[in-house]
Amino acid sequence: MNLNLWLIPVLPLVGAAINGLFGRRFSNKLVSAIALASTGLSFAYTLFVTARFFSLPADRIPHIEHYATWIRTGAFEVPFAAQLDQLSLVMLLVVTGVGFLIHVYSVGYMAHEGGYYRFFSYLNLFMFFMLVLVLANNYLLMFVGWEGVGLASYLLIGFYFTKDSAASAGKKAFITNRVGDFGFLIALFLLVKHFGTLEYGRVFEQVSGMPVEASAGLLTAIAILMMVGAAGKSAQIPLYVWLPDAMEGPTPVSALIHAATMVTAGVYMVARSNPIFFRSPEALALVAIIGAITAIFAASIGFTQNDIKRVLAYSTISQLGYMFLACGVAAFSAGIFHLMTHAFFKALLFLSAGSVIHALGGEQDMRNMGGLRTKIPRTFWVMTAGVLAIAGTPGLSGFFSKDQILWKAWASPHGGKLLWLIAVFTAFMTSFYMFRLWFMTFFNEHRGAKSDKREEPVHGGPADHRAAHANPHGHGHGSHGIHESPWVMIAPLVILAVLSVVGGYVGVPHALGGHNQFDQFLAPVFKFSAEAMPAGEHPASPAEGAAQHAAAAHEDEILMERLFTGISIGVAALGFLLAWLLYVKRRDLPGRITEALGGLYTAVRNKYYVDELYNAAIIQPIIQGSSRWLWRGIDTNVIDRTIDNGAGGAQGISDAVRRMQSGNIRSYAGWVALGAACIVAYMIWMGVK
Amino acid sequence: MLHYALFFIFAALAVGGALNLLIQRHPISSALSLVVVMGALAVEYLLLGAEFVAAVQVIVYAGAIMVLFVFVIMLLNAGEEERAGRSRVALLFGLPGLVLFGVLISWALIRINPASNRVAIGALHGPPDQIARLLFQPFLLPFEVTSVLILIAIMGAVVLARRER
Amino acid sequence: MVPLPYYLILSAILFACGVAGFLFKRNIITIFMCIELMLNAVNLAFIAFSTHWGQLSGHVFVFFVMVVAAAEAAVGLAIIIAVFRTRETLNVDRVNLLKL
Repeated sequence: MNLNLWLIPVLPLVGAAINGLFGRRFSNKLVSAIALASTGLSFAYTLFVTARFFSLPADRIPHIEHYATWIRTGAFEVPFAAQLDQLSLVMLLVVTGVGFLIHVYSVGYMAHEGGYYRFFSYLNLFMFFMLVLVLANNYLLMFVGWEGVGLASYLLIGFYFTKDSAASAGKKAFITNRVGDFGFLIALFLLVKHFGTLEYGRVFEQVSGMPVEASAGLLTAIAILMMVGAAGKSAQIPLYVWLPDAMEGPTPVSALIHAATMVTAGVYMVARSNPIFFRSPEALALVAIIGAITAIFAASIGFTQNDIKRVLAYSTISQLGYMFLACGVAAFSAGIFHLMTHAFFKALLFLSAGSVIHALGGEQDMRNMGGLRTKIPRTFWVMTAGVLAIAGTPGLSGFFSKDQILWKAWASPHGGKLLWLIAVFTAFMTSFYMFRLWFMTFFNEHRGAKSDKREEPVHGGPADHRAAHANPHGHGHGSHGIHESPWVMIAPLVILAVLSVVGGYVGVPHALGGHNQFDQFLAPVFKFSAEAMPAGEHPASPAEGAAQHAAAAHEDEILMERLFTGISIGVAALGFLLAWLLYVKRRDLPGRITEALGGLYTAVRNKYYVDELYNAAIIQPIIQGSSRWLWRGIDTNVIDRTIDNGAGGAQGISDAVRRMQSGNIRSYAGWVALGAACIVAYMIWMGVK
Repeated sequence: MLHYALFFIFAALAVGGALNLLIQRHPISSALSLVVVMGALAVEYLLLGAEFVAAVQVIVYAGAIMVLFVFVIMLLNAGEEERAGRSRVALLFGLPGLVLFGVLISWALIRINPASNRVAIGALHGPPDQIARLLFQPFLLPFEVTSVLILIAIMGAVVLARRER
Repeated sequence: MVPLPYYLILSAILFACGVAGFLFKRNIITIFMCIELMLNAVNLAFIAFSTHWGQLSGHVFVFFVMVVAAAEAAVGLAIIIAVFRTRETLNVDRVNLLKL
């Protein structure tokens, strides 16, 4: 059956084109209508496709639709084709669903901004590329989407392009992404060279015939290079530096691109390539280590940040680390599960932060917030849902997904105790800094300045309207007091809050009495890695030995898992208590601790000086090298000199030749005679020969 | 025998006239030497059996063109050439070089053509009627074009030499 | 019977004299006369070869050369007259306004 999957990405593309080309003349209402219609229709169609998907027979999955051939040289072919299987279906639902909600939210948030049509055009463009990425059936088309979302991200981060910091942030994001893409490209080259194709199905067929590599080999190389690409796109160490700066963009952008969808592209790519990763334990170990270290590293920085969006940015990096940790211990479906729940609650958190910022007229520094619980209750409640979810409160979605990762980190044959320890400690830190954010923003007394006159916020927020709109009413709501956001902004938040609360119930593990439908659903995609999954989460394929032995091991496993669940709950509670202590009960303590820690605190506060390190070690040498060697040395001295000398030489020669034109008739006559003599001599010589 | 004698006498006359043309300082003397050269060449043509050409040479070349030259010299009242510095180098190297070159060419020419190749005097006649036949049949186009050329030359000469008002 | 080369050598000598005069004389009219000398030398060669090969087209060609020489002489002398009017000299070294 033909599902016309191409509609899903093309609808936002049409919206982007219309808004991009003609939007300047449209009213805001029309622009938002077009943008919402295209995204909404795409989401609706995705739901329709989902319904039809469940009626597909198992051997027809993955469902591939071939539209045209893109490249064909010899035996190598790259088609324009879409692939629908369980993994891409989950991603589709997340991208279109959360994307649509964020579009709705943006209608309210960006209502007073200039460049309204541009924003929605870019946003739709982003949706198009992300959907291409997810629907592609071959690596090259995925790479097109990959690059495209990087482009859209650049455009959206630098949306307030008149601000230097925003423009630089956009550049930083794009360039850092490119470094990762370099690795990805080399992986693609290796794939083409050794497998002769880039289509998932055909590559994995060939890979499945290869053994697990005991030491570094082809598959390890490919996997590591892919991880480099994923590290760039998904902001892992060492390429995470662009994500905090990306908060220069408007808040819906941060929510959509840098929380829910684009940064998850790396995780999706790793999950999609699971046959390759699974056969390379070294690469898996690398992925897990990077994920774990990034998680704890970013969480530690999140402790010290005062800008609400920065905290969330570092939190995103940290949670992405969790997802990579999951993939690294070959628990791919746990990683995707966390991807889904994270999309819900992180988008929720960002959007509610946006709502808070909107309410305060552009204030982003948490030290100037406080006491907002009573003033903006609706925002408060939805954000609370998000905070509870991310901290791992039992019953909420984040609890189930994070727990599964923690369990797998310990129990998977690719996992390890140290990884689990790091993950648990990070969970504690996550809980702590999220509740810190919660307390600082909503509790105690309001610490914000009471006057209208605000300085421009450090990071472009809604108050950064054009100078032309200098009216004080514009967006400076200080004169109106703190007010709740309009329903068009709150409604998506409510939906996301509901999803954050109940979204986890598709993945309740056996140990806690559930059937983990999510895992079972995704199992066919990860069938190459399924046999290594520990029992207890195993889908209905009894491939292991004697049933009773399995049953006994089963019991032990379940006990362990319950124990670990208890530990993570305890750790989350600990984080809550500590935050309560420091930010409600004894609010002098943070100051004293900061002083006591002194240099260490400053280092963490300044993000461990990583940006400065990159600048000194990489960027400055490149700039210096480029300006001194390439520009002055080669371009000016060599190339320009060569041309100048060439021109000078031509001039010199022409000067010499010019002397023939002396105006003296006799010299002309002499030259003529000489020429004639030469010709005659030549003819004589030819005749004599 | 007679042929040889005639040939050499008039060849010497021609060369002498040419050299005199070079040596003389006053253009009128050069012009008159040139007339001598042309006359000598006319006899050479006769020796070669080119009757018509010889006649034309005398009538047109020596009789009209050179007269024109003499007219212009007299009209412009051209004086003697100024004495200019002589180049020692030219004299030292040029003259012997030239002579050497000439000898070389001559030798080459003689060597190329075997002595058996002699030109019979009077072996070919160039009577006017034959020439005329050639002019008006195969060479008709050049003939007509040449007449146009003469017309253009006349017009050009008139325009160029006109006194400006 | 005079061998062909003799005529050619004569022609060459005359031609060389013409070139020498063309290069070394300073009076415009004299230079022009040397050009005529060169043309005559060439005519001689043509006739000689024409008799050698037994074809009359050489004669016709000489005829044309003469005609063209006449036309050229007329125009050239007209130019010389024009130059003399403006430059007041027949010294070719003084007619040097064509330099760059």
